[in-house]
Amino acid sequence: MNPTLIEEIVTDEPNPTPAAALTGYARRLRGTLLGAPAAFLLTIVAALLAVLPIVYLAGSDPATAYRALAHGSLGNQNAIAETLIQATPLLLGGLAVATAFHAGLFNIGVEGQLVVGGLCSAVVGIHAPLPGILHLAASVAAGMAGGALWAAIPALLKAHRGVHEVVTTIMMNYLAFSLSRYLVASDGPLASTTQPSATDRVTDSARFALIWTPTRLHAGFLLALLVTALMTWYLYRTPAGFRLRITGANPTTARFHGINTRRVTVRAMLLSGALAGLAGAVEVLGLYGRYYDSFSPGYGYDAIAVALLGQLVPFGTLVAALFFGILRAGSVELAATTGISREMIGVVSALVIGFVAVQPAVARLLARVLRRTR
Amino acid sequence: MAAIRLIGVTKTYGQVRANDDVHLTVEAGSVHGLLGENGAGKSTLMKILFGMTRPDAGSVEVDGVPVRLRSSADAVTAGIGMVQQHFSLVESYTVTENLVLGRSPGGPLRRLTHRLDLDGAAQQVTEMSDRFGFRIDPHARVSTLAVGARQRVEILKALWSGTRILILDEPTAALAPPEAAELFTVLRRLRDDGTTIILISHKMPEVFDLCDRVSVLRDGRVVGHRDLGPAHADESARRRLEAELVRLMIGRDQPERPHRPGEPGEPVLVARNLGGGRLHPTDLTVHAGEILGVAGVEGNGQTELVELLVGVRRADSGTIELDGHDVTRTGPGVRLRHGLAHIAEDRHTAAVAERMSIAANTALGFTDTPPLARGRWWLSAKRTARLADALIRRHAVRAGTTSDPVTSLSGGNQQKLVVGRELARAPRLMLAVQPTRGLDVGAAGAVHEALLALRDAGAGVLLVSLDLTEVMSVSDRIIVLSGGRIVGETPARDADPDLLGIWMTGARPTEAAA
Repeated sequence: MNPTLIEEIVTDEPNPTPAAALTGYARRLRGTLLGAPAAFLLTIVAALLAVLPIVYLAGSDPATAYRALAHGSLGNQNAIAETLIQATPLLLGGLAVATAFHAGLFNIGVEGQLVVGGLCSAVVGIHAPLPGILHLAASVAAGMAGGALWAAIPALLKAHRGVHEVVTTIMMNYLAFSLSRYLVASDGPLASTTQPSATDRVTDSARFALIWTPTRLHAGFLLALLVTALMTWYLYRTPAGFRLRITGANPTTARFHGINTRRVTVRAMLLSGALAGLAGAVEVLGLYGRYYDSFSPGYGYDAIAVALLGQLVPFGTLVAALFFGILRAGSVELAATTGISREMIGVVSALVIGFVAVQPAVARLLARVLRRTR
Repeated sequence: MAAIRLIGVTKTYGQVRANDDVHLTVEAGSVHGLLGENGAGKSTLMKILFGMTRPDAGSVEVDGVPVRLRSSADAVTAGIGMVQQHFSLVESYTVTENLVLGRSPGGPLRRLTHRLDLDGAAQQVTEMSDRFGFRIDPHARVSTLAVGARQRVEILKALWSGTRILILDEPTAALAPPEAAELFTVLRRLRDDGTTIILISHKMPEVFDLCDRVSVLRDGRVVGHRDLGPAHADESARRRLEAELVRLMIGRDQPERPHRPGEPGEPVLVARNLGGGRLHPTDLTVHAGEILGVAGVEGNGQTELVELLVGVRRADSGTIELDGHDVTRTGPGVRLRHGLAHIAEDRHTAAVAERMSIAANTALGFTDTPPLARGRWWLSAKRTARLADALIRRHAVRAGTTSDPVTSLSGGNQQKLVVGRELARAPRLMLAVQPTRGLDVGAAGAVHEALLALRDAGAGVLLVSLDLTEVMSVSDRIIVLSGGRIVGETPARDADPDLLGIWMTGARPTEAAA
């Protein structure tokens, strides 16, 4: 390839006239403003409306239920902090799912990768004799490495043998659950002597700092925000991110244009696993201070709904994670005041996935209606 | 008596007249051949006959009775059956199960209350198979059968549902010669039994082997009929008729010759003994300042040749030298860097990522180096958009903003964008495969001009096309691929379309093929 021609093409292209630039900008803005957020809001509204009859059948008054939900998640300082705490692993897990999706991979193994990541960060957090911030960094890195390791087998099988990642990641999930249960069982190698089904406490130097006393909110939330920004940059502003997205959009086209799609597949899956592992590490090092067996109430599965609701865009994933954080944090008060089971949150998240899935069909229908009325 | 009569059938798709006032009569109990180049309108005509599309004008008569064919079910009721190039069998079922699928006797009540008589059906299949020489085991699973056998099952299936008029769309395209011979035996016996057969084909020998009469389509019109009786048993008469048919297929009008001949220089592509898949080991050289046209009927090794040259298919044999570098063992990335560009035959699968933006698609292959990338960790969105804007302007693409998805463009505009992107690589070797597919005359002319300009600037061009007119009007040198081999080569300036047609259809073996 002769780089001078392309250099010439790009530099010779006149700057768009201010008017053209403005209309182009307006079009993009209209596209994003009307498209993505509208779809986001409609999905949430549809899910919250569709759950009403179920709430009613469960023997509760929907108005009371929503009031309890809102108060429990946003009503006071503590409630808001709990919402952010819940949103943190959902955000990191959602980024993990979204990254894999961009590469055309469906990583259902986030839950297992999160568990292994949590375990690895706990081990380093307990045993590594490192000073201060280095200890925290090493523990976080161990968590990411653990998650990536757990994603490595599905990644290699997918890239080199074409084995579908949905099957292998689900299998890896069960391995992760069983492994962690064994390790912290009453006579397991990592079990604490004082706390059943958990490891010992992580050294204080490996803990995330609390950032909003008197609440439990920790610096892991800030790290998740930073990672969101980093992922936006990686996916949309680096050559590697471009390769990842084009491979997901059309692997054959990618291959014909010199992209090593196997390598991209492996990297994307490892990155996804590392993000999932980070989610686990943040929980262990930030919230609990030790690894508890089944500390995750299914963050890795809810992360799929989060990523889809966020339309796979990192910023959208952040907003979606906050929405699910509200649901999870509010569900405590919901259960206390109305007697509705916390499992209702699971129903909402399933409805969200359902409504996201029908979005293309709805869009097509809308387009047809618009065309006819025009 | 006429089994089928088509009267004034016309069908237009957009600007294209796929069928233009077609009159065709097929005698009962005969094998009727339908000849024509790709895009001559054969497939459309057969789709109309099988009820898959409806004509804009004209009518169809079966056995002298006018029929309205609104769906394939109507056609089946009228006794018409079709075997497509792509089979429609359930692989995990046995032959018998495939035949009775959806065609069990009686109404819904009977179907619920009576046991499905598979054994009886198998018995019938055996009888039918023996009678016509199908050589099919009714209990064999379709997944265990070879392609030829599957095709015979398709024919059996058509006969099972009462077909008296059988349409075969290029039945030998995927068959090895012995399988084809077996198929012909079956078809002859069916004809002797009174079945009417319509055979769509590109291949002259099989048409002469099988058909009683042949009609030639060109540009949607029937341009001639010929009887192929035993009168043509003798060699010289047969050759004369072959040449005549080829001329009818391709047209008498001489294609335009290149406006300016190229000045071939050093070789930019040297393939030695290169083989893989359907392509037999082949020697091929493209020089700088030369357009080498590759003509041939679809599926004769062109796809394999292109994939081997791009580097997405491993060569079974041979070497590839690109602009002086041995690239045999390298992938597409290295070859791109050594000056390869590729306008893909199937844009949808290999040239664009449809869900992504116009800007992302024009940036393909440019994102790892300046000016778009600044190091490993920065890809300039502004410059990516600028490149897209530049290509849109230079190639007169009708597009909204560069952030719109590529699907917002029409097919022709997508193709212009792909051509523009590949030209922007300033390649040493351009692999242009069907580069004007989906373009109107003006845009196609612009692409041809661009290829000629590229050649004049000292690049080599390999133009692979199914359109003989295109190959002849742009190339400096022409080779013809048939059966995975180069069966002929000629300078474009004194290329004889009749001869090329004969090479393409395998009408007569040439010395080069031996």
